[in-house]
Amino acid sequence: MIRFSDVSFTYVDAPAATLAHVDLAIGDGELCLVVGPTGSGKSTLLRSINGLVPHFSGGHLAGEVAVAGRSTRDVAPRELADLVGFVGQDPAASFVTDTVEDELAYTMENLGVPPAAMRRRVEDTLDLLGLHELRDRPLLALSGGQQQRVAIGAVLTASPRVLVLDEPTSALDPAAAEEVLAALARLVHDVGLTVVVAEHRLERVVPFADSVVLVPGGGRPLVRGDPGTVMASSPVVPPIVELGRLAGWDPLPLSVRDARRLAEPLRQRLAPLEPGAPAAIGAPGAGRAAPVGAGDDVLATTEHLGVAYGEVTALDDVGLSVRRGEVVALMGRNGSGKSTLLGQLAGQRAPTSGRVRVLGEAPAALTARRLIAKVGLVPQDAGLLLYGESVEAECETADHDAGLPPGTTAATLQRVLPGMPGRRHPRDLSEGQRLALALAVVLAPAPPLLLLDEPTRGLDYPAKERLVTVLGELAGSGHAVVVATHDVELVARVAGRAIVLADGEVVADGAAREVVCHSPVFAPQVAKVLAPEPWLTVDEVRRALAGAPA
Amino acid sequence: MIRRPRPAAGRRVLHPVAWWLWAGGMAVAANKTSNPLLLLLIGAVCAFVVAARRTSAPWARSLGFFIRLGLVVIAVRVVIEIVFGQRGVPGHIVFSVPSVTLPSWAQGVSIGGPVTVESILVAATQGLRLAAILVCFGAANSLASPYRLLRCLPAILYEAGVAVTVALAFAPELVLSIAGVREARRLRGRPTRGLRGLRGMAVPVLEGSLDRSLQLAASMDARGYGRRQALDPGVRRLATAGVVVGLLLVAAGVYGILDPGSIFGLGLPVFALGAAAGALGMVAGGRRTARTRYRPDRWGWREWVVTCSGAVALGAVAVAEATGVRGVQVAFTPLVVPSLPVLAVASILVGLVPAVAAPAPSRPGAAGPCGRGAAGGTAASAPAGVGVEAPVT
Repeated sequence: MIRFSDVSFTYVDAPAATLAHVDLAIGDGELCLVVGPTGSGKSTLLRSINGLVPHFSGGHLAGEVAVAGRSTRDVAPRELADLVGFVGQDPAASFVTDTVEDELAYTMENLGVPPAAMRRRVEDTLDLLGLHELRDRPLLALSGGQQQRVAIGAVLTASPRVLVLDEPTSALDPAAAEEVLAALARLVHDVGLTVVVAEHRLERVVPFADSVVLVPGGGRPLVRGDPGTVMASSPVVPPIVELGRLAGWDPLPLSVRDARRLAEPLRQRLAPLEPGAPAAIGAPGAGRAAPVGAGDDVLATTEHLGVAYGEVTALDDVGLSVRRGEVVALMGRNGSGKSTLLGQLAGQRAPTSGRVRVLGEAPAALTARRLIAKVGLVPQDAGLLLYGESVEAECETADHDAGLPPGTTAATLQRVLPGMPGRRHPRDLSEGQRLALALAVVLAPAPPLLLLDEPTRGLDYPAKERLVTVLGELAGSGHAVVVATHDVELVARVAGRAIVLADGEVVADGAAREVVCHSPVFAPQVAKVLAPEPWLTVDEVRRALAGAPA
Repeated sequence: MIRRPRPAAGRRVLHPVAWWLWAGGMAVAANKTSNPLLLLLIGAVCAFVVAARRTSAPWARSLGFFIRLGLVVIAVRVVIEIVFGQRGVPGHIVFSVPSVTLPSWAQGVSIGGPVTVESILVAATQGLRLAAILVCFGAANSLASPYRLLRCLPAILYEAGVAVTVALAFAPELVLSIAGVREARRLRGRPTRGLRGLRGMAVPVLEGSLDRSLQLAASMDARGYGRRQALDPGVRRLATAGVVVGLLLVAAGVYGILDPGSIFGLGLPVFALGAAAGALGMVAGGRRTARTRYRPDRWGWREWVVTCSGAVALGAVAVAEATGVRGVQVAFTPLVVPSLPVLAVASILVGLVPAVAAPAPSRPGAAGPCGRGAAGGTAASAPAGVGVEAPVT
C-alpha cells in the first residue's frame, strides 16, 4: 500500500539527513506503529507519506514514496487527499470550517463528491466515531478528545485507504485517549484501513499494532518487525515490556491481558514484599517520605476556592494544602480545572471566590518579580516561556529578569540537563531540551513551590526519565512540586500524593498509590498487571526483588 | 452509541444571505433618516432580533463589539464638532472653547469658539446614524456564520474567500495568543504593560500565529484544498482575462455613472459590458474547481419573510424621506423634540419579524463546553477494586 524506495531526506540547511536510505513497505489493512526518540524523524517519515514532506516543508527528498502506486514525486498533497488522510498533533490547528458537520464535509467538497454520497458518508462517519450528538456544535466548544475524533472523521469521510496520525493522543486524558484509540482499532478491524501512527506513549498503542517501525534517529537504518520482536530490542518500551524483560517472560507480553496470564508466579513472589520500602533520592518514593515536621511546612493553601469564566465554572469550592518535600499529581479529564488550579497557585488571575495563599500571601496580588521568587510555573507549552535567540541568551535574560547574579540560570540548567547546546535557538531544541530550559529559567530564582502543566507532552522515554529524576531531587531538597498530568506512568513514578479533579471539584485526594491503583482509568500498567498487589512501577518491583531472596 | 432520531428541521438555519439582506435593509433605512429616535429604534430592533435568534457559536457574540464601536464613533464625532465645528451659526451657546488663530495657509479650518446645543445635537445624530449602521452589520455578523456565507460565493471566488475567512478567524486567535504570552511573561517576572512589555510580546505572538497559519495551510493542502480539474490552457487564460478586464471595466463604469461628465457619458454601457465580461470569466473559471457543496442552504419561505421585513422597513422609510414626511429628517433648528412619524416607526418595527420567523437556534444546553459523552464519566471515584480485579485462575 505504502512503499518507500531508498528514500533520503534532508531539510534545508540541515547538516545531516533526517532519513537516510529508507526502504519500507506497509501492507494493506495494517496498523503500523512508528516509534523512536524525539527528533528522530518520525514526523518527517509520516509527513512524507502524503507529500507534505517535501512539498510543504522544503528540503531535498531522494528516492520515491508511493501510495497505491501514486508517487509523491509527481503529485502535490492535495492530489493525494482522496487516498491518504493526515491528522496532525494539534487537531484545533487543522480545522477550516466552524461546525462539526461542515468540517466532516470539507474534504469531500474539495474532492467534488456528489452531494448525495457526501450526505451518506457524513452520517456514516458521525456514527462510526460516535459524533452524532455533536453534529451542530461549534468546533471550538469541543473537548480535546472530541476535537481529535472530529479531525479523524474529517479525513475519513473522503474514504481514504490510508490514515496517517501523528501523536493523536498526546494531548488527551486517559479516557479521551481510550476513546480515540478505540475508534482507531475499530477502523482497522471493521473498515480495513491502513493506519500509520506515531505515538510516544507506547503503552497505549502497542496492543493494537500489527507491526512496529523503530526510527532510531541520526540517519541510522529503520528497524521493522512485529511488535514483540521490535519491543524485545527497542530502547523505548512501555512499562509492561520492561516488566516482562525483568521477569524473563517469553514471548514478551504487549497487553495487560497477556501479561496477567504470565504474571501469576511474579505476583506470588511479590505478595510478601512491601513496595517502595527503600526510598532513594530521585527514585519513586522520595516524594513519599513524610515531610520533617509536617504541618509547619505548608507552602500553599486554597480555601473554598472558586473560579468562573463567564458562565462556566472552572473551579468550585477547592480546599487543599501543599507541603514542602511533596510531589503532588493533579489528575482529571481535559477541562476539569487542572490548569486553572495551577494558574491560581501561580497568581495568574484573582479567584472569583475563596482565597489562595502561597507562603502567606495572595499570589495574584504580588508583583511579577516577587511572584517568581515564590512560585514557578512551567506552562503546557514550555516554549511560551522562552524568547531568547539562543540558550545562552535565554539564561542571561533570566538572570537579569529575576535580579540574580549572572550565571545562576546557566548553573541551574547544568543541574537539570547537562550538556545543552548553548548556541542553539530555543525553537530548534527537542521537546525535552526545551522543557529543561524552561524548568531552569523557572527554578533559577529558587521558588519553593514549583508547578508543572502537562510536562510529559511530546517527551520521549529518556527525557521523561530525566524529568522523573529532577523532580525527585527537587522534592528531596525541600521544594513542593505540583504536576498536572494525564500521564499515569509519570504519576506512578514520581508522585507521593494524587488529587483528582472532576468538573472543578476535588473528588479524590490521598496517597498516589491508593488513588491510582483503585481507578480503572488512572491505574498504570504495572498496577493493572500485578493487582491486587499495590505495585506501581517496574523500578519498585526490581528493587524489591533484588532485596528479597529469590 | 445512542442513536436518537432528530427532528427533520434539526439543522435548519436561516440562509446567511437572507440575514445580510435584512440587515442591509435596516442599515440603508438608518442611512435615510436623521431622526435620533428612529435611529435608536433601528438599533434596538436589530439587537432584539440578535438576542432572540443568535446561536451559541463564537461569532454570535460580535454584536457587543459593534455596539461599543458605535459608541466610540458617536463620541469621536461630538468631540470633533466641539473642536473643529463650524462657527457663526446662530443657536443656544453652551460653552466656549478657547479659539486658536491658525496661519494663513490654514484659513479654512477653525479651531475652538462658541459651541451651540444645536451643533452638538446634529453631530451626535450623525454619529448615531453611523452607529446604527454599524449595529446592523454587527447583527448580520452575529446571526450568520461567516463560513456559511462564504459557501454561497461562486466557485471561482471560493478560494479567495477561504483566505478571507481564515484571516477573519485569525483575530480571535490572536487575542488568545496575546493572553497566553502575557501570562508567560508574568511567570518570568517581566513587564506585561507599557512599551517595553509590548515590544517583548510582539515577537512571540507573531511567531505563534505564523506557526498556526503554516499548520492550517498544511492541513488544508492535505485535505484537497485547491485541487484543480485539468482545464484547457486557452479556456483558463480566457477566464482570467475575463475576470480582470471585467473588473476594470466595472470600475470605470461606476466612475462614469457617478460623474456623468467623464468618459463621454458611456458610464452605464461600460459598466454593463464589464459586468458581463466578469460573469463570463467566473463561469468559465468556475469549471476549473470540481467542488461540490454539502447540504447547501435552501431558500424557503422563511428566507423570503426575513428579506421582505428588511425591505419593508427600508421601503417605507425611503418613501417617507422622499415625500418629505415630517420627522424623518430633523435639523434641530429650531430646537424642538423631534416628532415620530407613525408610518416610519411601524415599518421599522416590521424589522422585528425575523425574531419570530427565523428558525430558533438549537442550544446544546445540558452539555457544557467541556462536556463529553458517557465515555469520560468514570473518574477515580470508582470504588476500590472495581477496575482492577484479580484474574480467575
